[in-house]
Amino acid sequence: MLIKQLREPITRIAQCMPGLSPQNKTERFTRHPFWVMVDKEMMDHIRSWRFMILVAIVVLTCLGASYTALLNIAKAVKPGDADEAFLFLNLFTVSDGTLPSFVVFMGFLGPLLGIGMGFDAINSEQSRGTLSRILSQPIHRDYLINAKFVAALMVIALLVFVMGYLVAGAGLIAIGIPPTFEEFMRINLFLMLSVVYIAFWLNLSVLFSIRFRQAATSALSGIAVWLFFNLFYPLMLNIVLKPFTPSAYASPKSIYLFERSRYLLSQLMPNELFNEATSTLLMPTVRSVGPLTMQQVEGALPGPLPLGQSALLVWPQITGLLAATLICFALSYYLFVRREIRGRS
Amino acid sequence: MNSLVIEAEGLMKRYGSQIVVDSLDLTIAKGEVFGLLGPNGAGKTTTILMLMGMSEPHGGTIRVCGINPVTHPLSVKRKVGYLPEDVGFYDDYSGIDNLVYTARLNGQSPAQARHQAEQLLRRIGLWEDAHKKTGKYSRGMRQRLGLADVLMKSPEVIILDEPTLGIDPTGVRELMELIVKLSRDEGITVLFSSHHLHQVQQVCDRVGLFVGGRLLAQGDIPQLAQSLLNDNLYAIEAAIDHPDEKILSDALMSVNGVMSVERRRDLFHIRTNHDVTAVIAQRVIEAGGALTYLNRVEYGLDEIYCRYFEGGSNHDVN
Repeated sequence: MLIKQLREPITRIAQCMPGLSPQNKTERFTRHPFWVMVDKEMMDHIRSWRFMILVAIVVLTCLGASYTALLNIAKAVKPGDADEAFLFLNLFTVSDGTLPSFVVFMGFLGPLLGIGMGFDAINSEQSRGTLSRILSQPIHRDYLINAKFVAALMVIALLVFVMGYLVAGAGLIAIGIPPTFEEFMRINLFLMLSVVYIAFWLNLSVLFSIRFRQAATSALSGIAVWLFFNLFYPLMLNIVLKPFTPSAYASPKSIYLFERSRYLLSQLMPNELFNEATSTLLMPTVRSVGPLTMQQVEGALPGPLPLGQSALLVWPQITGLLAATLICFALSYYLFVRREIRGRS
Repeated sequence: MNSLVIEAEGLMKRYGSQIVVDSLDLTIAKGEVFGLLGPNGAGKTTTILMLMGMSEPHGGTIRVCGINPVTHPLSVKRKVGYLPEDVGFYDDYSGIDNLVYTARLNGQSPAQARHQAEQLLRRIGLWEDAHKKTGKYSRGMRQRLGLADVLMKSPEVIILDEPTLGIDPTGVRELMELIVKLSRDEGITVLFSSHHLHQVQQVCDRVGLFVGGRLLAQGDIPQLAQSLLNDNLYAIEAAIDHPDEKILSDALMSVNGVMSVERRRDLFHIRTNHDVTAVIAQRVIEAGGALTYLNRVEYGLDEIYCRYFEGGSNHDVN
């Protein structure tokens, strides 16, 4: 009786709003085909085994990372340190060496997440024979690829932000010091950057899924690119640059030029861009990402940068990541729209 | 029956230097069942893709329901249902969910879509399996679900690309009957491609013979036979016991209208230019032979098929 009384006003309110009332809901609920596709893709992602495995890996990572951070956060802070004001950010960056920190994990596993969610985006549709059936419906062809991208991006963003906030929440409970507004904004920026970084790998693997008919080939190419930038590119950079290393007695100008070119070449690695951008955002004391001359350092006071200055410092890195993401997307878009779709072949 | 649903004029498509569809003229009237018959690689699928606006022609004009699919593919796709060759579904979705998704891509509301999917599934006899995942469907069931999928948008035209490929004979018959019934009941124009002439022969109002990117002939079966096989229209098979084959052959050859007599195993194969079966029976008995079997063979698409498809595609009609 009581429940009925309680429910009555709610039903009455619901009836006043046409969108909410149960009778009208199904009738009025005609979504644009694009959002129908996004819905379906998101559902597919969330229900798939692959996604659960990826989430399990990421969750374990978070647990491990926040555990080490909490164990070591006390040691990381020395009294009178400039960092003290940004204690909360240490949750994401501190580690004792046994397990990497959250940031390092994100830089390492993020690409895997992106590749894992995109490598069979288009070629699986083709090999299942659903591609030509879907494209014969009255939708624009780019809806399919856009929907796949938007859906995967939404799922990734959700996941990354949930993880980040969970770590922050766990830290809040454990250390009992709330983050300042600036710290909170820095964490948000870092999470957003992680989403962009994962989106880059997602787009790269979608590109491979359009280019290669076999899902296995496209997954392997994605992982190959990832391995190349993580392992081989830095190695190659060292080998190539070794003969040009100036001696300790060389002129400052040539040493500067050498360091500068090494820095520029390392900027081609998306993971390097991500690492520089995140470490600058999460460690306000980082004042520069490239080499500096003595004149530039002279007179500088060691102290944390304000958020705006940190962001300005890594603006090129952020832009670079965004540009790489957009280039991959534009390429996949072009390839997909130009392609002739016939049957399963 | 007089308004034209599909009109194509001088349609051309090249892949590199190879011409796949060569100056194709095709007209299909409303409510017609048209069969596009041709061997593999004749350009049937390419033609269909161009009609759907999924592939750009290199020449010629197309109108489907009065709309140009090159410039307005979406309007065409709203009115035309297309069942691709070897259609696939999302394997981890049930049959009904697959249909509902198609309907929602066509802008229907979920309730409306579900209702229509239920009706169609009952109609094509898949209702018991509607909630089974399509990954567990057999090939025949998949094709039938494909037909339902095509009908979800209530199309004016349906285009089926090799709908009977890989289905057993009973399944083929059921599917074909379903297609014809749909066309008759709802006035849907049907275009389907096949390389199985018997299926085409059974259900099509008109047939187009498509070889090497060109439409060799179109019309109903007798018309086709007439235009492609000017003479040698009839053949008679007979089993005759006669002591001397030579005398019998001469007796048969003397019948007016007989073009050739040939012995194939136990049967005599007699080609004539008009129906002279009765005269032949009489002549055999007069010549002292014992007639045990006599059959008039009418030329169907079989013969046409052999002559134009297997006999080489560079055969000229005239």
